[in-house]
Order: sequence, then C-alpha cells, then structure tokens
Amino acid sequence: MKCEELLAMLNEYVDGTVDPAICKEFERHMAGCNPCQVVVDNIRKTITLYKKGERYEMPVEFRERLHETLRIKWRERHPAKRRG
Amino acid sequence: MSQAHPPPVSDLELVRQANSGRQEAFEELTGRYEERVFGLAMRMLRHQQDAEDVTQQAFLSALENLNRFRGEARFATWLFRIATHAALKVLRKRKGAVSLEWAAEDSDGMAAPHPEYIADWRETPEKLAERAETRRLLDEALAALDEKHRVVFILRDVEGLSVRETAEALGISEGNVKVRLLRARLELRERLTREFGDPRKRVAGHGAR
Ligand SMILES: [Zn+2]
Repeated sequence: MKCEELLAMLNEYVDGTVDPAICKEFERHMAGCNPCQVVVDNIRKTITLYKKGERYEMPVEFRERLHETLRIKWRERHPAKRRG
Repeated sequence: MSQAHPPPVSDLELVRQANSGRQEAFEELTGRYEERVFGLAMRMLRHQQDAEDVTQQAFLSALENLNRFRGEARFATWLFRIATHAALKVLRKRKGAVSLEWAAEDSDGMAAPHPEYIADWRETPEKLAERAETRRLLDEALAALDEKHRVVFILRDVEGLSVRETAEALGISEGNVKVRLLRARLELRERLTREFGDPRKRVAGHGAR
C-alpha cells in the first residue's frame, strides 16, 4: 500500500468500517511510515476535539418564545382536543 | 432531575403519542432535540438570529408533518434533515443566488488535500478542550471550510449521524458524503495541526513514496 492509497481509505479506517484484510495492510504501512501514522493520529484527535466541543446554549428567551409558538400552532391543529 | 425516573420513552413512541393528540409528547420531543437543532443551525449559519429562525421553522415544520413521519429513519435524522434544509435555504439567500454546486457530485474525487504540516500535537484533546482559545480555533477552522464540506462534517462528526443518514439529510449520495467528509477532515487536520502541533516533532517527507 502506498501513502496515497492509505489517504484514500482514511475515513473507513478511522471509522472502523474498513475491510479486515485491508485494515492489516493499512497497519503494516503505518508501522513503517511515520508520517502516515502521525496523520492518522492527528485526524483522530481532530474528530475527538470537535465531538467534545461545547454545545451552543440556546438563549432562554428564545426557548420560551419557541415553546409558546409551538403551543399556539398545536392548538391550531388540534382544536377539538383543547381542554378548559 | 430525572435520574431516579424509569427509562425514557423512545422517540418513536413519543411521535405516536403526539400523533394521537398528546401535546406533552410533542413537548418532550422538542425538549430532547431543541439544543441540538439550535447548535446545528449555529454551526451552519454562525448567526444567532438566523439560527433561532431556523430552529423555530424546523420544529413548526416537524409539528405540521409529524403524521407523515413513518419511522423509516430515526426521528433525530428526520428532524435534522428538516433543519438542514431550512439552514441551507438561508445560506443560499445570503449568497443571493441559487447555488447548483450543492447537489453536484464532486468531480475531484480523489483529489483530497495532501497533508503538509505533519506533527504530533503538543497536548491531548482533553487538555486542549479545557482552553477557551481552543473553541475559537475550532470555530475558525470549521468556518474556513467550503460550505458543502462543512455541512457534511457537522452532521457526520459533530452530530454523529451515520454516512447514510448524512446522505439522506442532504439529499446527496453516500459516495459524495465520503468524499466531502474526507476533504473536511483533512483540511481541519491541516489547520489544527498548524496550531496544536509540536514544531520540534514535525515530520517531513510525506508522500515521497
Ligand atoms: Zn505513508
């Protein structure tokens, strides 16, 4: 396997969906190719960082407005179920 | 707050209950996903007012179309698809023109960017995640991506959709998702490694063979 081929299979390898036979070749290449090894490690860390990334917090006033809007819409669509 | 409660009702069950007229079920679904839909919109649009509009639109549309949800996809995927479409509409409006580029298959299939700056990172992702500055760098790197690559990365790697779900949400092929995802990952790696890489551990000569 060449570096280029490894690069093309990167997604499958990182996501663990690569064919086991190809996975072996992939790992054999990495064992002898430090740059590829580091690139794969960099990619893993990149994904981890974004996965761990903070969530955007929804503003409280918006949440209230959203819920109110949805309540109004719900009542429009379910007039018969309206209680009280 | 809900730790001592019995296991939560599934999304599908909540959809069923909402469709039979139980408002609380729809409110529960909203509560489960509003933060994530808002986050998705913020990452795509980087503008709070627009993200709020898109979030509201998405839930209104979900409410209107809930009886058409058949459960072939996960509820979350279905909802993200609605939100993604709404966000894409905003992006297109901003550009002032309909972009045909979006649905087009990538012709540059294998031409993913070649790694240039290769180095071990100075710190672990855990340590980096503790810094406020990291958040800014992550946002900037993501913003620098092409829109079509960014959206795929957000859905797949940030929101955790599968390749197939991402393809469904965007109305593109799975092959195209993979190509765009690889590009996004490689570009982000390049940018972040320039920030977080240890210059003393820089590796040269990649691709020489
Ligand atoms: Zn290599």
